[in-house]
Amino acid sequence: MNVTYLDAIREAQAKALARDDRVFLYGQDIAAFGGAFKATKRLAEEFPGRVLDSPISEDAMVGLAIGAAIDGMRPIIEMQFADFSSIAFNQIVNQAGTHFYRTGVPVPFVIRLPSGGNKGSGPFHSQSLESLYAHFPGLVVLMPATVEDAYTMLLDAVELDDPVIFCEHKLLYYHLKADKLPAEGLPIGKARIARAGTHATVVTAGAMLHEALKAANQLAEEAWEIEVVDLRSAKPIDTDTILASVARTGRILCVAESFPWGGLNAEVIARVVGEGFHLLDAPPLRLNSRDTPIPYHPNLWAAHRPTAASITTALRKLLGF
Amino acid sequence: MGQLDGGRKLEFGSGVREGPEADFRGLSGEIGCTGRKPFFRVTRVSAAKTHRSPSARAGSKHQTSAPHELLLSTYKWMLLARTLEDKLASLYRSGKIVGGVYLGRGQEAFSAALAAHLDQAGGDVYAPLIRDMAGRLAFGEPLIDPMRTYLGSPLGPMRGRDGNIHRGRPREGMLAMISHLGAMVSVVNGVLLSRRLRGIGGQVGAACVGDGATSTGAFHEALNQAAVEKLPLVVAVANNQFAYSTPTSRQFACADLVDRALGYGVAGHRCDGTNLEDCLQTFGEAVRRARQGEGPQLVVGSLLRLSGHGEHDDAGYVPAAVRKSALAADCIDLAGGRLIERGWAAEVDLATWKSEAVNRVEEVLEQVASEPLPDPLGETWCALSVRHLCEGNLGA
Repeated sequence: MNVTYLDAIREAQAKALARDDRVFLYGQDIAAFGGAFKATKRLAEEFPGRVLDSPISEDAMVGLAIGAAIDGMRPIIEMQFADFSSIAFNQIVNQAGTHFYRTGVPVPFVIRLPSGGNKGSGPFHSQSLESLYAHFPGLVVLMPATVEDAYTMLLDAVELDDPVIFCEHKLLYYHLKADKLPAEGLPIGKARIARAGTHATVVTAGAMLHEALKAANQLAEEAWEIEVVDLRSAKPIDTDTILASVARTGRILCVAESFPWGGLNAEVIARVVGEGFHLLDAPPLRLNSRDTPIPYHPNLWAAHRPTAASITTALRKLLGF
Repeated sequence: MGQLDGGRKLEFGSGVREGPEADFRGLSGEIGCTGRKPFFRVTRVSAAKTHRSPSARAGSKHQTSAPHELLLSTYKWMLLARTLEDKLASLYRSGKIVGGVYLGRGQEAFSAALAAHLDQAGGDVYAPLIRDMAGRLAFGEPLIDPMRTYLGSPLGPMRGRDGNIHRGRPREGMLAMISHLGAMVSVVNGVLLSRRLRGIGGQVGAACVGDGATSTGAFHEALNQAAVEKLPLVVAVANNQFAYSTPTSRQFACADLVDRALGYGVAGHRCDGTNLEDCLQTFGEAVRRARQGEGPQLVVGSLLRLSGHGEHDDAGYVPAAVRKSALAADCIDLAGGRLIERGWAAEVDLATWKSEAVNRVEEVLEQVASEPLPDPLGETWCALSVRHLCEGNLGA
């Protein structure tokens, strides 16, 4: 069996629908058409009446999910692209994010955000918004980087009693493969040591994990042992696992595809400096995409986001201190 | 006297159940009080038995009570809301309420008339907005909830975490509004879709907005969504002529907001928001049609907010001509006058009900004033229900 990251997302939704009557899917083009990326392929046939096409109304899509969740359902909302969730921003951060704190009534639902860049996708089909949503209280923000995590984390997300922003990376959809789907994975909120090392720590998530692993492999040829931490969850951040890694290596580079101002990288570094300053042998570094809209042409796009090459360069700088 | 915080309707009056349990459902023909001129035409409601009526819930024998009883009970909710809000305004002016106080003065008839046709125990869902004190009480909000929320009592539904009109009991069908206008309509849609998916029929959802909210994308998206799904939604638009200070001429360009119904493919209704009888009849019809499966109903009421946006606002921007127009009529005075005119109440009754309302409000104020204040040391500071995923103490 050869399972892609996209298959894992489709299969997780199929399993969630099969085992829990409270689950339903709502999004644009997801029923008969199976979704823009086919993440819901044939689910409308397999689960009649539970996979519903929505109008192009992101605000109302999320509002509806919140109402259904208040009423005891477990909706999964598919945003066609993460970028379009900006239309639903108010419902996500002000309605969903505040509801439990204000009323004591949780709103369990999942918003799937097809995230991140791809060749030719341009400014409005490429964004990584995890930092934006992680900024607001009341939301759990997940970033699966592997086929296995895409599957188990989505199933866990559906079972969680709070709203989950599920940032799945489009670049991984078709190319990332596994032999089979796992029975279980690490719990939500736990980071994973994707590669053990002793000289420096890279903290990353999503598609950037694979760029970081390539960089680590390249530097291994020069006898540098780079530890790579896959955050898995942007909120909460598994600070303990990060600090433990920095305790081993004394050096940290944070890599994210999101924009550079503030955000996940800055948050991780702030925590490491605040709680583990004494562990550091070098200034903590970070690598983000550039502070411009995401460019269309592949030549520009490749230079806009972090890559194995730019991560390698940053690591050499970090190791040189 | 009714319970203060049990989530049940307060009885308001002595002994006799003359609260909101009386209604028009199941009635037919032209009905009026015996020997008096009929004032109301009520159509037979075949769907009336598909849900439990409040009278059945209360064990009352008045399942087919005379229409004037609904008028009387709704009038009393209006009177109680006005009385409570007058007290809240006074507390605000004396510095005892922080933030703001937002009144429904002048909108009580339109607000209460919708809720009078909803059945909380039967599973109807209600999303009131900032000027719906009367509707909230008529729907079933315990009188102590607004007092506790305005004063920040940790014993209230919002526990000092949110205040004033941002309150609700979502598990009991009353959603807790956020400040962003139009945002609650799709949430009601979600509850209604959930009911459909679970095979529950005969329940309706109501969302209240004002003329200003009709300009938002959220309102448009949600009304269109409800129409596409043909949900049993009633949207009440209180056109009170001003969104804060902005007159309707700067808010929309259509001749009448009810004209929008056609564009959305939903039924449209309009009523005189100062006239309780008209409001009751219009909402009765709209709720009945929604309950029968005829899809969303848009009800637009014309009225005037008889206060500022909040109590900080003197509404000096309302032109004198508007203040003197028919829109500026006080719906409570009008309804009281009609009750006397028709012989269903005497001046002394109105005075008695008012005095009962004052007593009820004073009682809850006395109770809430003796309650503890929120304690930051006892606060959990956790915005998630799954406690181990909380990062709530990061910033402290």
